[in-house]
Amino acid sequence: MRVYTIAVYVFLYAPIAIIALFSFNAGRHASDFQGFSAQWYGRALSNPFVMDALETSLIVAFITASLASILGTLAAVGLQGLRGPARAVFDALIYIAVMIPGIVIGIATLIALVTVFDVMNPWIESLWGDADGAPTLSMGKGSLIAAHTMFTMALVVIIVRARLGTLERSLGEASADLYATPLGTFRQVTLPLIAPAVLAGFLLSFTFSFDDFIIAFFVAGSETTLPIYIFSSIRRGVTPEINAIGTMVMLASLVLLIAAQLILRRGDRK
Amino acid sequence: MTQRTRNWLLIAPSGALLLVMLVLPLSFVFVFSFGERGLSGGYVPAFTLEQYANLPARWTAFKNTLILAPLGTLAALLIAYPLAYQLAVRTDPKWKTLLLVLVIVPFWTSILIRSYAWIYILGGQGLPALLESVGIENVRLIYTPYAVTIGIIYGYLPLMVFPIYVALDRLDTGLLEASSDLGARPLTTLLKVTLPLSLPGVATGCMLVFILLMGEFLIPALLGGGKVFFVGNALVDLFLQSRNWAFGSAVAFTLIVIMLITITIYMRLIARLQTGREDVAVM
Repeated sequence: MRVYTIAVYVFLYAPIAIIALFSFNAGRHASDFQGFSAQWYGRALSNPFVMDALETSLIVAFITASLASILGTLAAVGLQGLRGPARAVFDALIYIAVMIPGIVIGIATLIALVTVFDVMNPWIESLWGDADGAPTLSMGKGSLIAAHTMFTMALVVIIVRARLGTLERSLGEASADLYATPLGTFRQVTLPLIAPAVLAGFLLSFTFSFDDFIIAFFVAGSETTLPIYIFSSIRRGVTPEINAIGTMVMLASLVLLIAAQLILRRGDRK
Repeated sequence: MTQRTRNWLLIAPSGALLLVMLVLPLSFVFVFSFGERGLSGGYVPAFTLEQYANLPARWTAFKNTLILAPLGTLAALLIAYPLAYQLAVRTDPKWKTLLLVLVIVPFWTSILIRSYAWIYILGGQGLPALLESVGIENVRLIYTPYAVTIGIIYGYLPLMVFPIYVALDRLDTGLLEASSDLGARPLTTLLKVTLPLSLPGVATGCMLVFILLMGEFLIPALLGGGKVFFVGNALVDLFLQSRNWAFGSAVAFTLIVIMLITITIYMRLIARLQTGREDVAVM
């Protein structure tokens, strides 16, 4: 049994180790190792396409995670006091959002937004008066953030609600009995108690958005995110530079995850 | 402001987001699936069942998905169960959490990067070269169903281990001792006590993995090399290359319906299995 367990861990980590190892390859051929060198890290970090893609990914992930954790937390709190069909519908939508494959979310968003934009752009133009200066709606960062926020907001609702469920109802009642306003109760009692779950939701949303390829592939328009850049580079052949980028991305996700774990753990102890 | 209004205001923004970014887009897929392809791609409004009649043209994608998704789920289960058992029941509590986190960490790092690592391992200069040096020649792994299956197991193993671990971890070890004290052999204990009690975890793990596999695109795209493709790959082709939105919508909608049907049947089956064992379920 011990051997089996070790074998599974080797299976899980060998591919990651191989990528990290080959990112230090001195030679330019991906699969034949010619000594250690950190040059590919330097090349990756000075490649303007990589840096642009990284910037896009970071902006999208940060805005997505902020919106998702705020909207998701508000919804989770609001849902607590809501019963009846409205709640049933909302719950159903949350589960549909999580269960529908990302690829279907991607294509559905693509065809819906492109169609809506095609209808709205001539409108905006006529309202604007001046045909050249009129703003046009198109697929890009905005549509990507909206699609990512929809999905990750559903995740935040599930995470925060699980945390709210473990809280004592009497805490809120006690606060109200002591003449705290609802907003005061939320700020001084509920929020500090659910903060770890909210922060964990933020970090998970950030990681999801940063790593997502398939939704971005459809709805990012002409924008290139880091996963899209990596995917199109792999199609042209694996290089040590891609391995260096991959290693850095995995390291960054790892740091975020450990942070999320520590925060959640700390929240449980309180 | 009454409490009711306040609750409504709290869920309003996310409700609006769900309507605009989930309900509206999915309705578009439904409506478009009855339409026609425009001359230069895209969509022309119509009401026809032509796209659905045309579905057999993408039969291979559906066939591959419907074979490899359950097969991949089963393979992941067979590998995950012993590991989850070892971690939950046989490991020193001091190390449990750390070892579990080590299983889950890869899942949260980019699946794109983790999958392409297998291009190295399964490609010509990886495992096949290694096998050749010990005398086994002409092994071809990359761009075969085996490569895709390995990629699937690798990608989704953590998601399978986690719920099974949680179920086994809650299991009262006293029950296992009681079973052996009453003279049951280890295998009997495993089959009659451990396995039934961990069934909810197994059911959750299988469902999570199965759902994600039904919409899989990256693993077949990277490791199947255009030869082993899923419905997800057909969808990318239909929407981004041939721009046949009407037919693509019909394929997407069919995929959702197939998923709904399989998940419903599956949940019924699990529910029946569990009520049938009420006499055993002490939890």
